[in-house]
Amino acid sequence: MSATQRNLTTAFFAILMVGAVSPMVVGDAKFGQWLEVVLGGLMSGVLYSLVAIGLVLIFKASGVFNFAQGAMVLFAALTLVRLMEKLPFIAALVLTLAIMVALAWFIERLVLRPLVNQEGIVLFMATLGVANFLDGFGQAVWGSDIYTLDIGMPKEPKILFEGTFEGGLLVNMEDAMAALIAGLLVAALWVFFQKTATGRALRAVADDHQAAQSIGIPLNRIWVIVWSVAGLVALVAGVIWGSKLGVQFSLSQIALKALPVVILGGFTSIPGAVIGGLIIGLGEKISEVYLGPMLGGGIENWFAYVLALIFLLFRPEGLFGEVRIDRV
Amino acid sequence: MTVIYRETGQFKTTYASDQQLFPILQDRVFVIGFLVFAFGVLPFIGTEYLFLAIIIPFLILSLAAIGLNILVGYCGQVSLGTGAFMSIGAYSAYNLAVRVPDLNLLVVFILAGVFATIVGVLFGIPSLRIKGFYLAVATLAAQFFVDWLFARVKWFTNDSSSGNVSAPPLAIFGYAIQTPVQQYLLVLAIVCVFALIARNLTRGAIGRSWMATRDMDVAAEVIGIRPLHAKLSAFAVSSFFIGVAGALWAFIRLGSWEPLAFDVNRSFQLLFMVIIGGLGSILGSFLGAAFIVILPLALNQLPTALGIPLSTAMISHIEFMVFGALIVFFLIVEPHGLARLWAIGKEKLRLWPFPH
Amino acid sequence: MKSAFRIKAAALAVAVAAAVGGIAEVAAQSSNEIFVPVLVYRTGPYAPNGVPWADGFVDYLKLVNERDGGVNGVKIAYEECETGYATDRGVECYERLKSKKPVAFSPLSTGITYALTEKAPGDKIVLVTAGYGRADSVDGSVFQWNFPMMGTYWDGADILVQHVKKKGSLKGKKIALVYHDSPYGKEPIPVLEELAKREGFELIKLPVTHPGVEQKATWLQIRQQRPDYVFLWGWGVMNSTAIKEAISVSYSRSQIYGVWWAAAEPDVLPAEQAAKGYNGLAMGHSAEHDRPIHRDMIKYLYDKGKGTAAKKDEVGSVLYNRGMLSAMLTVEAIRKAQEKYGKRVVTGEEVRWGAENLNLDTARIKALGVEGMFQPLHTSCRDHGGVHKASIHTWDGSKWSYTSDMYESDAKLLRPMIEASSKKYAGEKNIPPRDCGKAS
Repeated sequence: MSATQRNLTTAFFAILMVGAVSPMVVGDAKFGQWLEVVLGGLMSGVLYSLVAIGLVLIFKASGVFNFAQGAMVLFAALTLVRLMEKLPFIAALVLTLAIMVALAWFIERLVLRPLVNQEGIVLFMATLGVANFLDGFGQAVWGSDIYTLDIGMPKEPKILFEGTFEGGLLVNMEDAMAALIAGLLVAALWVFFQKTATGRALRAVADDHQAAQSIGIPLNRIWVIVWSVAGLVALVAGVIWGSKLGVQFSLSQIALKALPVVILGGFTSIPGAVIGGLIIGLGEKISEVYLGPMLGGGIENWFAYVLALIFLLFRPEGLFGEVRIDRV
Repeated sequence: MTVIYRETGQFKTTYASDQQLFPILQDRVFVIGFLVFAFGVLPFIGTEYLFLAIIIPFLILSLAAIGLNILVGYCGQVSLGTGAFMSIGAYSAYNLAVRVPDLNLLVVFILAGVFATIVGVLFGIPSLRIKGFYLAVATLAAQFFVDWLFARVKWFTNDSSSGNVSAPPLAIFGYAIQTPVQQYLLVLAIVCVFALIARNLTRGAIGRSWMATRDMDVAAEVIGIRPLHAKLSAFAVSSFFIGVAGALWAFIRLGSWEPLAFDVNRSFQLLFMVIIGGLGSILGSFLGAAFIVILPLALNQLPTALGIPLSTAMISHIEFMVFGALIVFFLIVEPHGLARLWAIGKEKLRLWPFPH
Repeated sequence: MKSAFRIKAAALAVAVAAAVGGIAEVAAQSSNEIFVPVLVYRTGPYAPNGVPWADGFVDYLKLVNERDGGVNGVKIAYEECETGYATDRGVECYERLKSKKPVAFSPLSTGITYALTEKAPGDKIVLVTAGYGRADSVDGSVFQWNFPMMGTYWDGADILVQHVKKKGSLKGKKIALVYHDSPYGKEPIPVLEELAKREGFELIKLPVTHPGVEQKATWLQIRQQRPDYVFLWGWGVMNSTAIKEAISVSYSRSQIYGVWWAAAEPDVLPAEQAAKGYNGLAMGHSAEHDRPIHRDMIKYLYDKGKGTAAKKDEVGSVLYNRGMLSAMLTVEAIRKAQEKYGKRVVTGEEVRWGAENLNLDTARIKALGVEGMFQPLHTSCRDHGGVHKASIHTWDGSKWSYTSDMYESDAKLLRPMIEASSKKYAGEKNIPPRDCGKAS
């Protein structure tokens, strides 16, 4: 990494920090309120990371940018919530997982295998097609209503530190639980990749397809496994998003936000996806709450993308992209 | 039958005749006949429904698809923000028409394309310097930013309180453009001219530099093609076409619109047209546009025709599924889409009934 | 080699077949039926609210055919067209259905209404925009073909301010408007800004971009600025998201007032008990389930398995009722037209006259079976809205109940604004205004 790049990256983060703190320094925002916005931003960032992790997994193992990750989130959530109407939670969860594995198998067989040597752009567009198909198929089978996913997440917020801050510090318990679950997921993935044989095989495939093949790792089966794991991640993301927003069609559109997250974090790094998500979530909320009123509101829709675009100017491989050695 | 499509006896004696657009006589006859039909016969026999619901949207979307195809098909860069550039074209045209009322309508459309080009290049420059499909993110940024800009900044919508704007009554050189036939002829003329321009661009040096960058950018650079130059020119030309198409769509097809008319779903729709129709082919843009315009109509008629009543919701879902499946199908079976199928058909026709 | 070509040839053949199938024009409607198309959305982020409305609308038309044998013996043909709340799909539906000679369109979207307002006069098709659409289209001298019956957004905004003013003077208070960033959401802003000047409150405008699932920042701002009231002008999933976010920032639901499109079951059910205390405008009706009309619906449609809704208990929900009343107004306009022009298949022009001369008094309302859920309505050239009243209903965790008297919007405030706006439109479009004194 050249010196200019390093300098620009540092400058970028310096500006971000200054921007984040400026509402208190230059504006008249109170610390307690600012902290609430920061916490809210970090927590919504966690939700973006959940989707981004699935993207990174698939890209690392098969070099495919899976545009269908959002549709997979929606499909997993829809399947779960509709099955839960008839079965108890654990049974529905297991069945949904099985369905996601079957989906992974189908995608590998019908889409990936025939396109195995095509360029990235062709595979990207193929996943676009898969995304569309899943959207329509999921809704055709399960319906297009909003379904309430109730897994016992707390809905009322907790107000802490009423003495220190005026009005107390609002902590959204549901988001806090979501952050916890996401943390557990990342830890589980870490254990999977570091400690199990399949995990090692996946890392080998991610490093070098041909070398992995030459030592006998079956590429096709690995891809099914990767897409299944991504399906599992999509399920977790779907459960958390669905519990928060209700399971409905717009879930697959939220996944578009995962694109800036992986740009920031690097296409091949799970910690990058997490940190990128946090940065994006934080940046969005702070800009919307403090910069938004000056510009009329509605900024958070494009803030993430423009941030990623600016980041592209000097560090396109992302924070933790190929330049560093990844270990998850 | 083969004698109809054989080229025997057609000799080219000048470079000009060898390089013409349609070197085979039969092709020329077909195209000229088609144009005569489109300009001279169809206005008299076509119904209002045909023009308004099928042909006009088909033509305008074909123009946008040609623009997108230049970027995606010929130059290999994925753009997800086509809707934004259409939007810029539409609002530029609106502001010009409302604030400078004496401006000729054609000039308005051209200037709309120019504005779209300027904004496109601004958003494109950061990502075009890098290899990989980062342009997708840049165009998504453009898409959402432009959506917000036209919804928020009242100047662009002439301070309309609802954010909805409508085009002023159209007229060119004194002729009003009100009836469907008039609208059709205007759009047809514009699209023909632009298609010709596109075809000649792609046949020329610029087009070859685009295709070289798409196929193997390192080798292209080695032989002297500057990659940034090639990609930027493709993006500029593409944005121009899409901007003009956006202005046409707003003024003629919709008449009255709001920013959501050009949202990210429109971008995806155009990308599908280009993929299904055929990447890297002008004819493919037309075929893809025709397919996407007609399929929902066909899906609406088909269930009732077959006697199976389907709810409108289910039809909508089936539309999604069909598009998705078709995209995957075409990418696997025939990446060059319907256009290649058409070309293969013509190839076979040259030999028919002989097998080889 | 051969099979590859065969696959490709098959693909081309399918494409051509689709093309031919699509171009085939729709069969002309039976000449003995009146065609009423309805633009609906049963998919997409607005489906939860669009589905009950569509069910109510279609059910009413079916009921008229089943129970009464049509309008004076002439049956009604209807067709749904899916728009997904998208303006261009609405325009496309309109163009496609135009050839079947419809008499009246219900776009169910303010955005689509704006687009069709340009086209309907030329095609001589009535636009029934009951409870939505352009507020200035009340002025029939300019907007001859638009009928925003039962109430416009300007009425709604004014009534909401009247109601909260009753709780205490608004001087120095703050009202936040959380609105859908579309023509629908922006429509009340001129009236609210005018009222803010008059009553002395501060209006905080918080737009939410379609589809409206990202509202955390919006409600964090509300938590910081602590407005006294929040007016919600949302649609589809934006509504339920808003209420959930309000819960998560502990903003009291009893201070939130939704417009009549943001005060229905799909909006509050996702939060159920936690949404208790949420208020909304009731445009003359709420979630009445037991009027004669509902009994007829069950008897003539649902007991025979012909109902449109997936579940029978959707009959009588807020949006179902509204769809039903929309259809009712269309049918009554047709009936009125037949009174003057003959009991036959009437044209769009004739139905326009019918819609402009509707007089639904208490007797007629009772005969229609909607007593208690519909205010007397009287349209004229000057007033295409017919009635401008609403009240407030509140969610108690399991059902809606009225919590205020009936209000009427302030004509002295609104009429000048309406006329100024319609005059501006007439100027832009070169429409010669009709003289309402001479309208027949």
